[in-house]
Amino acid sequence: MPSIAKPLVGHPSLAKNAIGLTIRDYEGTMSTLCAGCGHDSITAAIIKALWELSTPPHRLAKMSGIGCSSKTPTYFVSGAHGFNSAHGRMPAIATGASAANRELTYVGVSGDGDSLSIGIGHLCHAIRRNLNMLYVLENNGVYGLTKGQFSASTDVGSKSKKGEANVMSPIDPIQLALSIGATFVARSFSGDKEQLIPILKAAIAHRGFALVDVISPCVTFNDHEGSTKSYKYSRGATHAATESDFVPPATEIVGSIGPVGSTSIRMHDGSVLNFTRVPDNYDVTDRAAAVKYLREHPGQIVTGVLFADEGVPDMHEMAGSPQTALVNVPFDKLCPGSAALERLMGSFR
Amino acid sequence: MRSRINDFAIKLANVNGTGSASANSLIMQAIFRMGVPVSGKNLFPSNIQGLPTWYEIRVNPKGYTARALDYDLMVAMNAQTYARDIKEVRTGSYVLYDSSWPLDDDLHRDDVTFIGVPLARLCNENFKESRERILMKNIATAGALIELLNIDADVVSQLLEEKYGKKKGMRESNVKALKLGGDYIRENYAFPLPFHLEKMNGNEDKILIDGNTATALGCIYGGATVAAWYPITPATSVMDNFKAFADKYRKDPETGASNYMFLQAEDELAAIGMVIGASWNGARAFTSTAGPGVSLMNELLGLAYYAEIPAVIIDVQRVGPSTGMPTRTQQGDILICAYASHGDTKHILLFPSSPAECFEMAPKCFDLSERFQTPVFLLSDLDIGMNDWVTPKLKWDDAYVPDRGKVLTAEQLEKMNKFFRYLPEEGTAIPARTLPGVHSKGAFFTRGSGHNKFGGYTEVPDEYQEVMDRLLLKHKEAALYVPAPVIEKRAGAKIGMITIGGCDPAVREALDILEEMGRPMDYMRIKAFPFTAEVEVFLADHDYCYVVEQNRDAQLCSLLTLETPVPKDKIRPILVYSGFPLSAKNVLDAIAVNVEELNAIYS
Repeated sequence: MPSIAKPLVGHPSLAKNAIGLTIRDYEGTMSTLCAGCGHDSITAAIIKALWELSTPPHRLAKMSGIGCSSKTPTYFVSGAHGFNSAHGRMPAIATGASAANRELTYVGVSGDGDSLSIGIGHLCHAIRRNLNMLYVLENNGVYGLTKGQFSASTDVGSKSKKGEANVMSPIDPIQLALSIGATFVARSFSGDKEQLIPILKAAIAHRGFALVDVISPCVTFNDHEGSTKSYKYSRGATHAATESDFVPPATEIVGSIGPVGSTSIRMHDGSVLNFTRVPDNYDVTDRAAAVKYLREHPGQIVTGVLFADEGVPDMHEMAGSPQTALVNVPFDKLCPGSAALERLMGSFR
Repeated sequence: MRSRINDFAIKLANVNGTGSASANSLIMQAIFRMGVPVSGKNLFPSNIQGLPTWYEIRVNPKGYTARALDYDLMVAMNAQTYARDIKEVRTGSYVLYDSSWPLDDDLHRDDVTFIGVPLARLCNENFKESRERILMKNIATAGALIELLNIDADVVSQLLEEKYGKKKGMRESNVKALKLGGDYIRENYAFPLPFHLEKMNGNEDKILIDGNTATALGCIYGGATVAAWYPITPATSVMDNFKAFADKYRKDPETGASNYMFLQAEDELAAIGMVIGASWNGARAFTSTAGPGVSLMNELLGLAYYAEIPAVIIDVQRVGPSTGMPTRTQQGDILICAYASHGDTKHILLFPSSPAECFEMAPKCFDLSERFQTPVFLLSDLDIGMNDWVTPKLKWDDAYVPDRGKVLTAEQLEKMNKFFRYLPEEGTAIPARTLPGVHSKGAFFTRGSGHNKFGGYTEVPDEYQEVMDRLLLKHKEAALYVPAPVIEKRAGAKIGMITIGGCDPAVREALDILEEMGRPMDYMRIKAFPFTAEVEVFLADHDYCYVVEQNRDAQLCSLLTLETPVPKDKIRPILVYSGFPLSAKNVLDAIAVNVEELNAIYS
């Protein structure tokens, strides 16, 4: 890309959301990723989801690690603070940020190197803490910024650009997350905005850690014949296990009920995740069933909201924190003062 | 032997995990309550049960609290270490041992008095449960010591009352065991020993506290709300205490909510990450760790330094490198902390010398960290952190107002044309920061990658360098805000003696002895890095200075030569790094090597 200066062209006919902002207000600087990168489509979906949810830009915190995916938070919502931290460490930094201020909406963007190799421990423990955030794993099965090494999500037999086949077993973030108690797990494809946007909205509304694994082809290093994360392969192998609509709180529920089974999940904030099509043998609230379904469909990219549980306390509820941000607790409530210290000294005699 | 009142040292040799710690602290606390200046050093293994452990108690009427290295009484309760323990006491001293079994002939020494008490037999005859027999043997030993050292029995019974008030069974067992040991001494030996205790008034307005407890309390008083850590010896009790104090002082009286967040991280990489995330959002956040943790934190410390995010790191130093000796003390992290992380970095370090200073410096760390928007280390160590020190009562000034540094409010941002994160006002080194959630105009993208003064990504040489140069100015400016060194001049001094942290009591004692020998020296205890102007003046004012520190590589000396104009040959390191707390004897022995040079200077 020749320039990062992007003219903000407003148009009077642009629709406004509930807080009077247009989609332009949710954009960021021009992407410097390769033309056609799946990540840019995900960025566009995040912009749309946040605009539709009417999240005030300054109440959003954009978190990322290092890698192509981790660059993308500059490409959305310029009016939000962002933190492009260190490779793999984003879940830890997001944990601290949330600890200090639970009132903000946390959107983390990571990649398969960031999440499944150098930072896999941090990801697992953020899941265990049920940290309240949307965690988007932009999964392209390759190290892009260092030019094409296999990642931990590369499938066995998938070929590199040079033709070498991967022989090591991949880590499936979805099955990993399900096995350690994740409370919201979804997968989608960067090329399917229809599916991705409602999933992102539901993931943001979810109280707790929402992992959204998005298959996102790398046009430069992993979009060739023999790759299982290419556009061509991904489009062919995608299998939508569930389809859903997200209905925000206090809005009329209009989601149509699909022909094959149906279910809806009431989110913690009162919104509803309305499934329009769910296979008969699939229960999105049953962790074991979700794992079973994934195992029954090897070689396919199973998509949709695959598991959700709104009943698990998040990090703050587990800790018994105040409802409002810790950063706003006044100092006189934090410091016990000289009289209390004088009393305490008696126990050290 | 002449009678010595309140001036002796004893060493207790035990097996760890047998309950000796509570007996040791009972003796220590009883002496403290008698008003006698006392110190206790726990020399323990990195193990839970079965290995040798020692506890040293020194009493001294002048208040010298460093290790004595010269024992008047050895309480030899560990057969595994009899040989070396008995060998260690000096001529004319005493050995108390368990005479349930005869002592090996090889162990006998003619120049030492042996006091045998059949402790195991007495306990076996008087207690039923095997666990109780083991635990009570330690208490029976304490009973013998009470008689031998003339410890006030009323004080001891008061302590037992406080400790076991509601647990009647435990209290009765303890009283019984104390009596077993005490009665045996009274019936069989002349007591007390020629060195023993008498009540005095040396501990008014003093407390007995370890540095980790004091540090935790300092963090509570300094307003820390987010504590993130990974368990590690010897820093664990900082967090255990922080949690306990937070539960006591930070529960909202109306809602019951906890006005703090306690995060046990998956590793130290995450612990520092959490601190940085919380500080980025405006909380006072800290971690406690030891050397191995600092090694892991290096990566993100560079991020905090470069992105200018506050972070407070409590490093309770232990013996390195690698795992080293986790339960032994050292000052070996000075350089890694001063320059933590890759690339050009310089951090602010504070060096507490006692639990009282841990308490005082903890809030100071937050003030400096927020003012300078950078990591600040509190470099404590195992000796300060885990041993009980007699220290003045901790005091708090209710007029204290946290220094939050330059943080823009929503109102200020609203009035601004445009905010640039790394652009300070003309002539200053510290730019204003903004907190997430406050105002859209304050939004910017925090990054550890190259950035210019506007906060934008850059790979432009001049733009990169401009920010790096300002970071250096910021570190220099911190010298005006960190605590100044303690300097004590002595009449006739010709050379200087410099030290840091927990070396303080041993070095002061050595200086007193040197003065008596006609070798007065000036004293400077450095309390912080960057070095203040006083440090340079002191170095310039002396022909040369000894620098006492507890590491092999003379890390403080290195830092002084790197960061001040002092010529290398004006600094004489005295290095004690075997893992036990410093003794004045260590310092004097090192100086004795240069006695001729000293004689020439002082002639």
